[in-house]
Amino acid sequence: MNIVVLVKQVPNTSEVRIDPKSGNLIREGVESIMNPEDRHALEAALQVKDRSDARITSLSMGPPQAIDVICEALAMGVDRGILLSDKLFAGADTWATSTALGRAIQRIGDYDLILAGRQAVDGDTAQIGPQVAEFLGIPQLTYVQSLEVREGLVVAERVIEEACERIEAPMPVLVTVLASLNEPRYPTVNGILDATADWSEIEVWNAYDIGAKAPDLGLSGSLTQVIRTFTPKEARDTQYLEGAPASVASQLVERLRQKEIRLGE
Amino acid sequence: MAEIVIDLDKCNGCGMCSRSCPYQAIEMEDKKARWLEDRCTLCGACLESCKFEALTGQMPVRPVPDFSAYRDVWVFVEQTNGIVHRSGLELLGCARTLADDLDQQVVAVVFGDKVSQHATDLIHYGADRCVVVEDPSLAYYQTCSYTHALAVIVERNQPAILLIAATHLGRDLAPRLARRMGLGLTADCTRLSIDPEERILLQTRPAFGGNIMATIVTRFSRPQTATVRPGIMKALEPDPSRTGRIDAEHLDMAECREFTKVLECVMQEEKGIKLPSAKIIVAGGRPVCSERGMSILSEFAEAVGGQVACTRVVVEEGYLPPEHQVGQTGQTVRPEVYFACGISGAIQHKAGMDGSRYIVAINKDPDAPIFGIADFAIVGDLFEVLPALTREVSGQ
Ligand SMILES: Cc1cc2nc3c(=O)[nH]c(=O)nc-3n(C[C@H](O)[C@H](O)[C@H](O)COP(=O)(O)OP(=O)(O)OC[C@H]3O[C@@H](n4cnc5c(N)ncnc54)[C@H](O)[C@@H]3O)c2cc1C
Ligand SMILES: Nc1ncnc2c1ncn2[C@@H]1O[C@H](COP(=O)(O)O)[C@@H](O)[C@H]1O
Repeated sequence: MNIVVLVKQVPNTSEVRIDPKSGNLIREGVESIMNPEDRHALEAALQVKDRSDARITSLSMGPPQAIDVICEALAMGVDRGILLSDKLFAGADTWATSTALGRAIQRIGDYDLILAGRQAVDGDTAQIGPQVAEFLGIPQLTYVQSLEVREGLVVAERVIEEACERIEAPMPVLVTVLASLNEPRYPTVNGILDATADWSEIEVWNAYDIGAKAPDLGLSGSLTQVIRTFTPKEARDTQYLEGAPASVASQLVERLRQKEIRLGE
Repeated sequence: MAEIVIDLDKCNGCGMCSRSCPYQAIEMEDKKARWLEDRCTLCGACLESCKFEALTGQMPVRPVPDFSAYRDVWVFVEQTNGIVHRSGLELLGCARTLADDLDQQVVAVVFGDKVSQHATDLIHYGADRCVVVEDPSLAYYQTCSYTHALAVIVERNQPAILLIAATHLGRDLAPRLARRMGLGLTADCTRLSIDPEERILLQTRPAFGGNIMATIVTRFSRPQTATVRPGIMKALEPDPSRTGRIDAEHLDMAECREFTKVLECVMQEEKGIKLPSAKIIVAGGRPVCSERGMSILSEFAEAVGGQVACTRVVVEEGYLPPEHQVGQTGQTVRPEVYFACGISGAIQHKAGMDGSRYIVAINKDPDAPIFGIADFAIVGDLFEVLPALTREVSGQ
């Protein structure tokens, strides 16, 4: 069985800070990591490989330094790493990203199972999985918290609003996973050594390699554009209530009553 | 198709263009450059590299198509087991404002087996027209059937804007639809408005875990499609005097192959807590992580008739189950009053509650970020302030 795992390099968003003066993101010193849910996607693939004959390819689109996430995937135990990297891919929205990833998967060919994280912590779109599945014309199972891979089909448990659904799909199929699916393994020492030795063997593909032209890629191939970014405005007129607790309590109840809010009535 | 033209008289065979090309699409042959069309990705790097202006080429410019035939603001209204999801009503409220700004109509579209009884309600909630698509294969959501049905309806009706709730269902359906129809798609928007000049949809959403907001536009495809975070937009008060057209549309569902088979669907047991619709929420942070803290918090919640909620820390410490967590990875709420008790106001927490009508913050640190979004700020110890409030409220 051939498995492709989509992995993305993201800034560690819990470290991202805003410059209070300019309102811009301060990215310096922010560590780049593998998107957390993608490690669970890798683990799911490795568990299939633990039990049966499977070949795992990890695929990432990003700048040259995104090679780090491919190395990490190799160290965890995947067989092949491909980095899609080209200036033409820069600034892609999910339409253009799914075009590039979809074409790369077509070039890899002969896939049975594609695994991705549910969403990436930088964009939080959760769109890439379904859009790649549609590009390839294969079924998708999103929000998966348990996955059973059988001969020619998968059975998954999907978390949906106020319910949980058990669903079956034939292969090839694309699955997006939640962190609750499994506990990702750590890269082994041998894995890390092998991955470092194989470093030069990671394939780097550009636009030509996936048979794509500039107008379909990156910013110029995108259907949406970001026209403005800003820090969330905190426009509330804060009134401080001061005094002993009992006095503060009665002030608050009174102020809220003036706003037509009656507590406890 | 664009092409690169090489003026052989101007080319002196320096080879700069060939070296500048990342794809080996320019070869040097007999001291002249030669363009290899099938290797070229039209990136334009060679054009800039030639000092002798020997290379010319026109890159295709993308025209903005004429979209004047696309009209109206459509809302995909989600239902499960014949019950309309709240998010659909919220979207109708938001669509009403957008449509009024554009001087166009709001159209609700609902899929299911027997769902036409909801049409009048949707009109009362702000729709001018309701499109009902009934088919047994649409009773229960499945990706391929719903994508097929919505694609056909959109193709037939050509809306200017299409809004879908960013629920699990919406976020499974919308990207699939967008990819099929060639639509730009903005995920999980928290604010929508119409640009007064260009008359296009301004789609604003949080990114980088809520650290930054981005406004996104869709200039190259119609309908302008967005998923919208549930719990943010306000549903209108239903107005029974509103009237509108109800259309049943028929589809040939045999054209669509459903790959997947739902084996079973287990409804999660009623948790008895419904934060998104609560009017008053009493939320606690790290300092309530003790038996005493929890009882002070719940006594106050009971006195004001509110629901108890918390930060992630409290869930991690095991004092409340996850469905009580408010924030980016928890619930989004917008009560009339949100009491933030011993909550620092991390961006991930604020993401779930900053749409509350009034925010009361109680914190002993005067510099706690939560005060930045509070309407009423109490700098003090919650172990003194909350009991005093409970006494004040119940003593009335
Ligand atoms: C990817 C990601 C997602 C996250 N998602 C969420 C989410 O959905 N929801 C969420 O809540 N968090 C979330 N977090 C965690 C978030 O970053 C904060 O860590 C968390 O919200 C802090 O909780 P807190 O305010 O209870 O604790 P703290 O930050 O420790 O704050 C406690 C506050 O209580 C005050 N205090 C202490 N004692 C008293 C007292 N006696 N009286 C009054 N005040 C007192 C202190 O001054 C302090 O301000 C997420 C984090 C990440 C990285
Ligand atoms: N540039 C990328 N390269 C590889 N995989 C990606 C990329 N972007 C997104 N993905 C995959 O798609 C998932 C969802 O991402 P998103 O739709 O951006 O939230 C991620 O968890 C990855 O598995």
